[in-house]
Amino acid sequence: MAEFEPQIVAFCCNWCTYAAADLAGTSRVHYPPNVRIVRVMCSSMVNPLYVLKAFEGGADGVLVAGCHHSDCHYIDGPVKCDATVDKLRKVLHVLGLEDERLRRELVAASEGVVFARIIKEMVEQLKKIGPSPFKVKTEALA
Amino acid sequence: MEEKDLSHPRIGVFVCHCGINIGAYVNVPDVVEYAKQLPNVVHAERNLFTCSEEGISAIKKGIKEYNLNRVLVASCTPRTHEPLFRAACEEAGLNKYLFEFVNIRDQCSWVHMREPQKATEKAKDLIRMGVAKARLLEPLEEIEIKVAPSALVIGGGVVGMEAALNLARQGFDIHLVEKEPELGGTLRSINKLFPTNQEAVKLIKPLVEQVKSHPKIKTYLSSKVKQVTGFIGNFNVNLDGKGEENKFNVGTIIVAIGADALKPTGQYGYGKMTNVLTQLELEGRMKRGESLGQNVVMINCVGARVPERTYCSRICCMTAIKNAFLIKESNPKAKVWILHRDLMTYGVDFENYYRKAMELGVRFIRYSLERPPEVIGDKKVEKIKVYHELWRREIELPCDMLVLTTPLIPAEDNQDISKMLKVSLDEFGFLLEAHLKLRPVEFAMDGIYICGSARWPTDITEGISQAYAAAAKAAGPLRMGYVKAEAINGFVNEDECSGCGVCEVLCPFQAIELQPRDGKRVSHINEAVCKGCGTCGAACPSGAISMHHFTDEQILAQVEALFS
Repeated sequence: MAEFEPQIVAFCCNWCTYAAADLAGTSRVHYPPNVRIVRVMCSSMVNPLYVLKAFEGGADGVLVAGCHHSDCHYIDGPVKCDATVDKLRKVLHVLGLEDERLRRELVAASEGVVFARIIKEMVEQLKKIGPSPFKVKTEALA
Repeated sequence: MEEKDLSHPRIGVFVCHCGINIGAYVNVPDVVEYAKQLPNVVHAERNLFTCSEEGISAIKKGIKEYNLNRVLVASCTPRTHEPLFRAACEEAGLNKYLFEFVNIRDQCSWVHMREPQKATEKAKDLIRMGVAKARLLEPLEEIEIKVAPSALVIGGGVVGMEAALNLARQGFDIHLVEKEPELGGTLRSINKLFPTNQEAVKLIKPLVEQVKSHPKIKTYLSSKVKQVTGFIGNFNVNLDGKGEENKFNVGTIIVAIGADALKPTGQYGYGKMTNVLTQLELEGRMKRGESLGQNVVMINCVGARVPERTYCSRICCMTAIKNAFLIKESNPKAKVWILHRDLMTYGVDFENYYRKAMELGVRFIRYSLERPPEVIGDKKVEKIKVYHELWRREIELPCDMLVLTTPLIPAEDNQDISKMLKVSLDEFGFLLEAHLKLRPVEFAMDGIYICGSARWPTDITEGISQAYAAAAKAAGPLRMGYVKAEAINGFVNEDECSGCGVCEVLCPFQAIELQPRDGKRVSHINEAVCKGCGTCGAACPSGAISMHHFTDEQILAQVEALFS
């Protein structure tokens, strides 16, 4: 059987983390091809619904990433995003999803290497814990 | 221009080889064939460089030939090339917001070079997600807001006057408001200026004359800004002063209200002993030519860089050195000691000035926060006991006058200004700009600018530079006569809105207000003020708020498409 390849959805803020992912590209920093980026204007606009939708679809992990607290284009978006993610974690816990599946990171536009490292770490970690329980169920029903 | 029918999406997909940058790692022909069979895609093609002239004309041609009403380019990154492709769409008669970018170079070929097959699969996924979003894109317009060609400058100190003059000389009508009965601000109490030792009055007097005689500047003395409503382009200002009210409209606002000097009541006998003063009070005595005694001791960092006020006020070291310098210069026999913790002599020529002060005989003694100097005396300070950090022993200094060097602290009015103009304060209570490095003299609120010590303690040179910067920024919209508001902004579905007000609290730009509508209160977003962060939408418990160009439906469609 082929090795399990986790699927990751990354919601990245337009100003910092999306730019960091671009920088990883322009600097040719390699990372595993398991992530699909959804561009959002600010991490604070990530509606819990988006994350739940990704898990419902079968994502093994979700990354919500944006500017550092002092760098936000919209003053204090990251603070609000932190609060949303904290609440969301409780919901995921109730749903029986492991904590590691949702990752919240602050990645500045200059941190292409950091972005690549985070994706590498996530892939390794998700490989260890295995496919999302939602994915297994979805496949069983199919 | 003829209106395009948008109800049935007709999507054109243009996949870029980017020379070999994408083409060498992603199987572009395969990706194009894949894109062709995606729902609503009526045309897909590949270009060697979509951003080249051929590529751009291919987009324009495609729009006409296939009657496209959505365009998707899969190439480098929107951060560099989105404006170009949007412009191509506009030139072909398609609203630029009907364009979607898919990043298959920076996010794909360049980071997965060793895995071309997986890079190709990823490119297909990203395009499938992009197409799902493109299907739901809607045309948007950037609204134009008219800007009145006048500005309000709050604060008639040297910084406020420089800003007012700068704008007036560019031809704009300026309303300059000063709460004191005279222009000049803190500088009116200052004797001479470092590092030139020029008399402060020689700087202020001509400035005040120029302000008073300038036909474009209207000065309001003993007046305070009572209320400001509106937004960039059209702020309604209400003044309160001398029993009369003044009302006018301005396009932009500059805040130059300065800062206050800390009065260190209770410290080192200040307020109890007769020969203890602050540097600011010393300036007054020196200006009036009063005698200061033979032995002058200055203590720096009184109330600064202490646990309750951790910041360095920057200008005080130089103020102490300047006053010590001037005392020694006029009375070489006087003894002057500066007891300091660290010394900040950071500006142009400041270090030289400090050396000259040492050459004149000013003594510098370093003390530590843990062992501060002690005052000896009853009704008057007679001696100062200090542990000399370098000598490692305690010494006593004779003292006829003790001068306390205190920091600048946020002006009392900062709280009111913050509430009135909806601008932020930092942790100490100074007014806070939008971004320290990217937008240094602008507030997050459009059309409001800051300069001088209202933001952070500045010396005269820095304050004037900031005044020019703020004036330049404030002049931009005034000169244009209009500003364009974000098209990517929030919108409310009033039927869904329960009027809870969470959005109003969370909005970082105070763009949201609850307004009565058909017997209930609903959220209203001011398009001119909204910056489109989308915080309100994510937090809305009723799902009543979404953001143009990043609607819930669009993002959910993107996510769903990944797993379809």
